Amino acid sequence: MNKIYLAILTFLCSISFYAQDYFPKNSGVSTDNTNYTAITNAKIFITPTQVIENGTLLIKDGKVVSTGVSVVLPKNTNTMDASGKSIYPSFIDIYSDFGIKKPQSAPRSQTPQYEASRTGYYWNDHIMPENKAISKFNYDSKKADELIKAGFGVVNTHIHDGIVRGSGTLVALNNHSGNETRVIAEKSGQYLSSKKSVTSRQSYPNSLMGSLALLRQMYLDADWYAKGYSKTKDLSLEALNNNKNLVQIIEAGSRANVLRVDKIGDENGIQYVILGGGDEYERIADIKATNAPLIIPINFPKAYDVENTFLVSSLSLHDMRAWNQKPSNPKLLAEHGIPFTLTMHGLKSPADFKTNLLNAIKHGLSKEKALEALTTIPAQLLGKSHVIGSLENGAYANFLITSGDIFNKKTILFENWVQGRQNIIKDMNTIDIRGDYHFSLAGTSYQMSLKGELSKLKSEIKTNTDTYGSKISYNKDWVHISLKTKDSTKQEFIRITAHVTPNKDLKGKAIISDGTALPFSATYSKEDHDEAPKDEKEADIKVTKMFPVTFPNNGYGFTELPKTETLLFKNATVWTNEKEGILKNTDVLIKDGKISKIGENLSSKNAKLIDAKGKHLTAGIIDEHSHIAAASINEGGQNSSAEVTIEDVINETDISIYRNLAGGVTSIQILHGSANPIGGRSAIIKLKWGASANNLIYNNSPKFIKFALGENVKQSRYNNGVRFPQTRMGVEQVYIDYFTRAKAYDALKKSGKPYRRDIELETLAEILNKERFISCHSYVQSEINMLMKVAENFNFNINTFTHILEGYKVADKMKMHGVGGSTFSDWWAYKYEVNDAIPYNASIMHNEGVTVAINSDDAEMSRRLNQEAAKSVKYGNVSEEDALKFVTLNPAKLLHIDHRVGSIKVGKDADVVLWTDHPLSVYAKAEKTIIEGVTYFDLETDKKIRARIKEEKSELINMMMQAKNKGLKTQPIKKKEKEYLHCDSIDNEHL
Amino acid sequence: MKNLKTAFLLIIMLCASIITAQQTPAPKQTNDIAIIGATAHIGNGTIIKNSIIVIKNGKIDLIGDAEKSIIDLNAIETINAKGKHIYPGFIVPNSTLGLIEIDAVKASDDNAEMGSLNPHIRSLIAYNAESKVIETMRPNGVLLGQITPRGGRLSGTSSVVQFDAWNWEDAVIKTDEGLHLNWPGSFSRGNHWLGEAGLQPNKNYNKQIRQLKDYFNECKAYNSGNKTKIHLPFEAVQGIFDGAKKLYIHVNDEKGIIDAMNFAEQNNIKNMIVVGGREAYKVADLLNKNEVPVILQRVHSTPNNEDDDYDLPYKTAKLLVDQDVLVALETSGQMERMNTRNLPFYAGTTVTHGLTKEQALQLITLNPAKILGIDHLYGSLEKGKSATLFISEGDAMDMRTNKLTHAFIDGREISLETHQTELWKRYSEKYKHP
Repeated sequence: MNKIYLAILTFLCSISFYAQDYFPKNSGVSTDNTNYTAITNAKIFITPTQVIENGTLLIKDGKVVSTGVSVVLPKNTNTMDASGKSIYPSFIDIYSDFGIKKPQSAPRSQTPQYEASRTGYYWNDHIMPENKAISKFNYDSKKADELIKAGFGVVNTHIHDGIVRGSGTLVALNNHSGNETRVIAEKSGQYLSSKKSVTSRQSYPNSLMGSLALLRQMYLDADWYAKGYSKTKDLSLEALNNNKNLVQIIEAGSRANVLRVDKIGDENGIQYVILGGGDEYERIADIKATNAPLIIPINFPKAYDVENTFLVSSLSLHDMRAWNQKPSNPKLLAEHGIPFTLTMHGLKSPADFKTNLLNAIKHGLSKEKALEALTTIPAQLLGKSHVIGSLENGAYANFLITSGDIFNKKTILFENWVQGRQNIIKDMNTIDIRGDYHFSLAGTSYQMSLKGELSKLKSEIKTNTDTYGSKISYNKDWVHISLKTKDSTKQEFIRITAHVTPNKDLKGKAIISDGTALPFSATYSKEDHDEAPKDEKEADIKVTKMFPVTFPNNGYGFTELPKTETLLFKNATVWTNEKEGILKNTDVLIKDGKISKIGENLSSKNAKLIDAKGKHLTAGIIDEHSHIAAASINEGGQNSSAEVTIEDVINETDISIYRNLAGGVTSIQILHGSANPIGGRSAIIKLKWGASANNLIYNNSPKFIKFALGENVKQSRYNNGVRFPQTRMGVEQVYIDYFTRAKAYDALKKSGKPYRRDIELETLAEILNKERFISCHSYVQSEINMLMKVAENFNFNINTFTHILEGYKVADKMKMHGVGGSTFSDWWAYKYEVNDAIPYNASIMHNEGVTVAINSDDAEMSRRLNQEAAKSVKYGNVSEEDALKFVTLNPAKLLHIDHRVGSIKVGKDADVVLWTDHPLSVYAKAEKTIIEGVTYFDLETDKKIRARIKEEKSELINMMMQAKNKGLKTQPIKKKEKEYLHCDSIDNEHL
Repeated sequence: MKNLKTAFLLIIMLCASIITAQQTPAPKQTNDIAIIGATAHIGNGTIIKNSIIVIKNGKIDLIGDAEKSIIDLNAIETINAKGKHIYPGFIVPNSTLGLIEIDAVKASDDNAEMGSLNPHIRSLIAYNAESKVIETMRPNGVLLGQITPRGGRLSGTSSVVQFDAWNWEDAVIKTDEGLHLNWPGSFSRGNHWLGEAGLQPNKNYNKQIRQLKDYFNECKAYNSGNKTKIHLPFEAVQGIFDGAKKLYIHVNDEKGIIDAMNFAEQNNIKNMIVVGGREAYKVADLLNKNEVPVILQRVHSTPNNEDDDYDLPYKTAKLLVDQDVLVALETSGQMERMNTRNLPFYAGTTVTHGLTKEQALQLITLNPAKILGIDHLYGSLEKGKSATLFISEGDAMDMRTNKLTHAFIDGREISLETHQTELWKRYSEKYKHP
């Protein structure tokens, strides 16, 4: 069949390129064709909702002239009968790289590149709005064939590379014409992403948050450029401004990133069309709230091969559920009224498209919505509804002729017309001869049954007693059969050639082994084409229940978001962290998310009583220095990255959140890493497991930024660092330079004169204006002292030194400056600059009057920060009460959230932990961890969750085994490597 | 309380000398010492509440109930330890102490030789007895360690040392006692450039085991031949077949542990120990049956799989002990050397998650002593054994109460000062408020 199809195509191509009418022609006489073509008696889907039965589609010059039941056909109409067939508008994929060669990667090198490679363009190589798909476009007829077979008629293609990728081109998959005809729009949509270009090695941005920050700054720059303030030429910004009115299509690639990029769009007055990840169902309400139209891939995962029990233990419930849940994603999007189109993007082969689409429909996506997602919606998104996506008058004659309902597994796609040009995929006039026949030859009576696909027919020929080997080929009304004779010792054949009559009988001749020709006639008796083609087996999966989505959607997620409760703790030992000290046999009432009462013999009608006799109640633990729950930590592509913020990249699904709750942690500061002297802005969050990323962030959160000193920022362990600074001497100059510029910037801004908005300098100006606080990664005394002096010269204070392992050497100076110290209890000797780190550091700083916290910088240690605080009692004799404050009240003070959290005081947030034992003892476990009256961790509940995980996994494993036994394809188990991010970590792009 | 604190500080300051490099190793015991009144944690699961311990010539000469003791205390130096606790010196197996001083300074790093099959490599001679990191073990009660080379398939040979010595010869307790084999992983990292993210089943697993088997067969053949040419690596392997050396197999996953046990049996390896053993709890019955001990990975670890119980690394020891597997704790991993002083607290955590305190204590005393083959002298407080022990003001497995007042190695009272305590005193003195 393939061969025939290609032959037809080649034939058509050779004779009938539409020439542009003003072009000279040397190959013959003028052959302008002004005939009409009509396809009659078909069920026509003009749009997904406007359907006519027994209609006629009249086309001319590649466009629809009219559709209807009583279309008047002009005399010069070529009519084709399509009785019993259906006609649909062909599909559109607006996220394609059709005809665009993969850009060539820049050669690798050990030496980082910090500056741009280009001049006259934007300062960052990864911003390329000036790129035009049309200029790199080379029509790929082989690829087009595949798409045509999958039902597509038009694609919007683009250069799949860089953060801003330039304009796309809308192309009809018209194999019979040239670009003059098939290019529907030369510039159709501007494409963006968060991924860097492979064509440049420019370091910045090397994190997701860096990409997001870069987009923000780029929009500001474009605005400024448009107003004519730039003294120099910038072809990128010019192009960006020129592309402003195009639809802006951005690749997010995951549910989490959809929310992240939509925020950037909102801030700049742009509603992006966003390429999602197929996992939108995990936070469907948040997705809906973006109002973003989505482009959805349907690369549903295959079942895991779960036979090897050793490997199965490393498979997460989240990944197992994805196999069960992802096919329901399109249905859920439709149910929530979220507009979306579907894309081939992410599929290994266009042939998988139908299989997965049918699977989505099986999982509840309505056929009407499916058709919209492939036709009218993508057309609307591109603003091209008048020409593509429907069969309205005047639209391109891009349509499919099928044997019936296009979303039925057995339906055959016969033809795909593009711009009025016919592409035959399967000959719709081929008579379906599958079924049972009988015939007689030389006195023997045979039964023959024909099965399989028409293009690959299989024959089974037998008599009442024997079965004969046979082969059949079927080509355009003729069958050729070879039949082995009965005597198997001789290799002899009967050859039959017969013509297919309209009533499916076969008439012709048979030539027996001695060369004698006999008349042949086989009579058709029974229809049989039950067998589904192999590649559609995937669609056969019995749709069982969809496993419920939890918040977050992994093993330990909540099935329903927990609610705040009124709780009364009875007879606890209460560590107030206030002047009341440690109260024994005390009751604490929690109400409306706040500490309501503290006292003896409290009672409350509606409160849930918690017997806390023999147990200890403390304020929740606060970790001043954490790197959990974030998709990126370091933007080290430049020596300053004040423009980036962790708030952009919070990962609320990180299992470390749950594990930290199990260690009594309620609030953390997610700090940027220590790759550069001026790092990024922090996120201060509460560990509200299950809530959306944005809801973790403190309301009116204090503003923080990470700075860093020493070995990391001067790239001490690089073999070939080329970024300034490479010494501590240079580090000081970086600060002086940036603050000097920030001061000038702020002055200009306040003067009311026009200025280029610079997010980086604006952030630094906030520090100068005492609106933003610095938490600075620091080790040795010289640099600690230096930064305090720099700050004093610019008339502000450093808020916190974090790590601060030689803080004890300058504790008096720190006290005088008014800076706090957030340190490790006992880490040292891991690099040269911590050679003099001592576990007595916290106690010495504390004794000098510095506000001291103990932090983790580590997803494991943060699970037992109470024990780390206890080490201050051991090393340096800090009182137990003060030691506990090192991980509760003091970090709250350092983070400027102590008016809300950090102690057990009436009116403060009910962020508390109930411990089974003395909270500084290694023998204490967090029994309950409560944030604002909501119990996020509970030892008893945890036990139940463990049982639930086990049960759900068994059920899914069973289902996967069933899938495998049915012959479905499986995928090998891969183990996700949990990356624990530290100060030195580079990006974790997948989250 | 405040006065006491000041007094304590003053005493310490009086003792404090000007900053020097390392602490000077203590001289041999000359006078007999009696420690009276402490709760003695024997290390074998039992305790003596009001104990008396007499140390003579570096050995425990007497241990018993102080009330029942009829010894004449006038002639000997006594330490009143009433209300305090006394423990055998803690032992850390599978340690790189002394092989690296500062992680990020390559010049100070001697823990892994190049190449893959290095059975002849000996950790002992690179052991830096004067490491500033090692002296910080002692104030927390960690007094002995097995110094183990890293890297490759066969990393080399370990030795057991004590932590108060002039040099490695002075430090060693047991020389070249074991060979260390890193078992092939069940997962290998995908090729990042080919877009293979995450870990994939190790395709070369069977091949790697076959290579190992071949190598051991070559060793056996060599050692039964006339050795016309000396082959240093083959020579070094011989001990694991004749029982002179133990074979420590570093392996974490369930299948790997089973394969390793079968491998040891097929190769007639006398003494095999699992090191790491993250999933050992899944095959605890087999380990018990084959009498294979486990030196368990760092208790303070994050669970390996997303859906694991949050406390799985905390309770693994309990799961193994319940099946009568001989378990010791180790500390390898990130920043392992400086973190080794937290070994007592790893044991403490196993108590929070199921074991009794005395069971937990065994994991860092008698059990590692048995595994390393030094239990005839170390690992418990018993008459005739080495007086390697310490006194803590409170429960030494809880950081809240781990405060050492005295420590002895072979009867020598060792310094509990360190580079760190000296800096502490120096700067406390600097800030001394009038």
